[in-house]
Amino acid sequence: MKTIFAKSVPGRSAFCIESEAPKAADMLPAGLLRKEEPRLPQCSELDVVRHFTGLSKLNYCVDANFYPLGSCTMKYNPKFTEYVASLPGFTRLHPMLAQMGRSVGCTQGALECLYQAENMLCELTGMKAFTLQPMAGANGEFVGVKLIAAYHKAKGRNPKKMLIPDAAHGTNPASAALAGFEAINIESRDGMVDPDAIVAAIQKYGDDVAGLMMTCPNTLGLMEVHLPRIVAELRKIDALLYYDGANMNAIMGKMRVGDVGFDVVHLNVHKTLSTPHGGGGPGAGPVGVSECLVPFLPAPRVRKGQDGAFYLDYDVPQSIGYMGPFYGSFGIMVRALAYMLRLGAEGLTRASEYAVLNANYLKKRLEKTLDIPYANRLCAHEFVASAPEGTRALDIAKALLDRGFHAPTIYFPLIVHECLMAEPTETESKETLDSFVQALQDIMLQARSNPQALLDAPVTLPARRMDETAAARNMILTEDMG
Amino acid sequence: MPYIPHTQEELHEMLSVVGVRDLDGLFADIPPEMRPKQFNLPKGQSEAAVCAYFEGLAAKNCPDIMSFLGAGYYAHDIPKAVDALSGRSEFYTSYTPYQPECSQGTLQAIFEFQTAVSRLMGMDCANASVYDGGSAIFEAAMMAVRATRHRVLVVDEAVNPIWRVMLASYISSLDLELKTVKQEKGVSRLDALMAAIDDTTAAVIVQNPNFFGAVADYTQVFAKAREHKAFGVISVYPVMQSVLKTPGEMGADVAVAEGQSLGMPLSFGGPYLGIMTCRKEHIRQFPGRIVGRTNDLDGKTGYVLTLQAREQHIRRAKATSNICSNQALCALRSLIYMSLLGPCGLTRLAENNMALTRYAVERLTAIKGIELLNDAPYGNEVALRLPMPAQSLVDALAAHGCVPGYPLGRYYPGMENVLLLACTERNSRQQIGMLAETVGGLL
Repeated sequence: MKTIFAKSVPGRSAFCIESEAPKAADMLPAGLLRKEEPRLPQCSELDVVRHFTGLSKLNYCVDANFYPLGSCTMKYNPKFTEYVASLPGFTRLHPMLAQMGRSVGCTQGALECLYQAENMLCELTGMKAFTLQPMAGANGEFVGVKLIAAYHKAKGRNPKKMLIPDAAHGTNPASAALAGFEAINIESRDGMVDPDAIVAAIQKYGDDVAGLMMTCPNTLGLMEVHLPRIVAELRKIDALLYYDGANMNAIMGKMRVGDVGFDVVHLNVHKTLSTPHGGGGPGAGPVGVSECLVPFLPAPRVRKGQDGAFYLDYDVPQSIGYMGPFYGSFGIMVRALAYMLRLGAEGLTRASEYAVLNANYLKKRLEKTLDIPYANRLCAHEFVASAPEGTRALDIAKALLDRGFHAPTIYFPLIVHECLMAEPTETESKETLDSFVQALQDIMLQARSNPQALLDAPVTLPARRMDETAAARNMILTEDMG
Repeated sequence: MPYIPHTQEELHEMLSVVGVRDLDGLFADIPPEMRPKQFNLPKGQSEAAVCAYFEGLAAKNCPDIMSFLGAGYYAHDIPKAVDALSGRSEFYTSYTPYQPECSQGTLQAIFEFQTAVSRLMGMDCANASVYDGGSAIFEAAMMAVRATRHRVLVVDEAVNPIWRVMLASYISSLDLELKTVKQEKGVSRLDALMAAIDDTTAAVIVQNPNFFGAVADYTQVFAKAREHKAFGVISVYPVMQSVLKTPGEMGADVAVAEGQSLGMPLSFGGPYLGIMTCRKEHIRQFPGRIVGRTNDLDGKTGYVLTLQAREQHIRRAKATSNICSNQALCALRSLIYMSLLGPCGLTRLAENNMALTRYAVERLTAIKGIELLNDAPYGNEVALRLPMPAQSLVDALAAHGCVPGYPLGRYYPGMENVLLLACTERNSRQQIGMLAETVGGLL
């Protein structure tokens, strides 16, 4: 499809304000002005509507396709939460109105939303307090490891090692590095964190171990059964436990991370609490902490006064500072709160139960079609599979696209050969899962009868396989670079 | 059971395929001692009840209070087509475009976004966006630190103080130093900025218009940075950028912006949009997602996520950033917004708001005791010195249903009597007249 720039017609504008204002050159010195106006698209409103409607039709999405992308929890996003977040009482509210003192008391409803969200997240996870400031999951991880750093610093220590399992998301070591830690790789055993490897690392690095970042259930979709021992070992050296909430959709109402000994947790509300993924953001990554980390939380905290009025408390002397500009991705948190209120304790528990049911059912049905490691164990909300001998995960993924399904996550975690990682979520029906199984069976038959067909896939979509090598070599990143 | 499709028959059939007795049997790996100590969330409610609850909360806010509050975040009109198009399921419920063949819509939109913001800033290229204007400054600073191996960040005190606090917070556990160069009456001191740059400088960080609304040309500052192999980093206000000298023309290495004003509602602080653009030679230091144009097997033009070797899912601890995604839907909104306005629309908007601000200055400085803080050129925001604490004026005007601007004392000790006032197209000459009359009556 032609770009919006190629469709521009000089002189068109869909939205130009009627104004008596003089030209910029009459209001500012010439030396401060740009030489030519910016070469933005010039279109009528219908031009723009047609263009973006056309672009949208090139996408798969949850509303149209099964989207079993492992670790991403692509569940259905209820429509009503969009209505709630779009109320003008929220969308038109300037964040600084809440910083103008009590005289300008026009943000009480918004502050109540934040307060409620924090309370509900605490109960959901068993943590003592939450900051809603982090703007995404990875941003939450960064905030979490910063809190761990602050904890040790307050005790007069400066440990530099962060233990990270080999099955962890890449964001874990990247976040740890960004906060000044050295990531120490912990090898898995039987698809789980090996407590003996933890002990060995503690023996090797001693007091230089700041903490451990864990995903539980892990990225292989397995519950970490050695967790109690791991917690005990880290407690011995006063190292802290970080819980990566990417897989939280597997445990709601079944396990609270605060109850089992984690000190800090980030949630991906776009996964667990069903806020829209938006093509890759915006999400939100609120961070919960146990008692020992509360003093270090980012400022401000939202508080409720004696009189029942809500206010922002900037007096957090040991705070790690501002991790976002204001009080979090408010519009996203409103949607998450609405989802939690709609489902309640029972509904959230049920979400996890059916997410795990769907994953186990799918895994069982695919046992004869794909190579499934740890097949004898129950999985959590997702599971990993290897492409059978002679086939590649990439080709299976592309063949699925041709059959109307988004592919599972491929080549992650790195420790599984030709990995496909599938997460069906609770909102998918049995017939969708059955048709997905059927599609994979067809693909594997085709792999034997007509291997070339697999290498050619996809053939039914707006685009065929892309030359990614050329993309990296030629680096055409804007209309003006090619 | 909201959003769960399973019937009882299906449930039992699936349980028997899996080989467990009941749903809780799926959680056999979580022993009793690891189960929740309590789980006292409220009972679920109907959709209508939840909507009513939020309608009640929204009604407790008064978003349409007459306001001259900007300070980096501006109340602009957003064409309804922005909501209509960005709200389409295909954009709204898809994810990061890992599979390009079924994500060309998102990929091409990001490529067009990269083009639009690069042209607006006069820079070579852009990434797919980061979280917000503050994190964009941090990411730019880290680019500079990696590329130069220097450890001092020279920051103008006239950069948005919220972003400066964010920057300080973000780098607090790294071996870096923040050197803040004092502003003078809200004007950035170019000479002092230049004097602060030496061979230890990783980047010099400025903002245009600065937090006080003052407009300047930072060309000399960036030239001095280049002499010391340091980066010139600038944050801009995208609407004003339609008329102001571009970061590219000034010789900046990295130009960033808070993109909220390009079609994002204020929404009480987020989600917002971090725009990042840079010169071509720095591309491998760029954080986050980047989309590139290429061809498919049939030779047809298409788009992919590219240069992924920089990123956390490949490079892990050695990545250029820990960012996993971007603000795709916000970036899309800004692209649609820029496409609807075009160069003419965005330019006229900037001019309209500048003219309104000049009218506000004319009316308010006619009141005895109110004067401009400085005589620097300004855009649509300006700092006014009052004969009283700005917070007192805010308190007094609250009763009249008006917020006159932002009291600067909070972030600039000694400026308790200074008010930061901004105008946008959501203000009018009539409103300004009312503001001036009310303030005049109080003084």
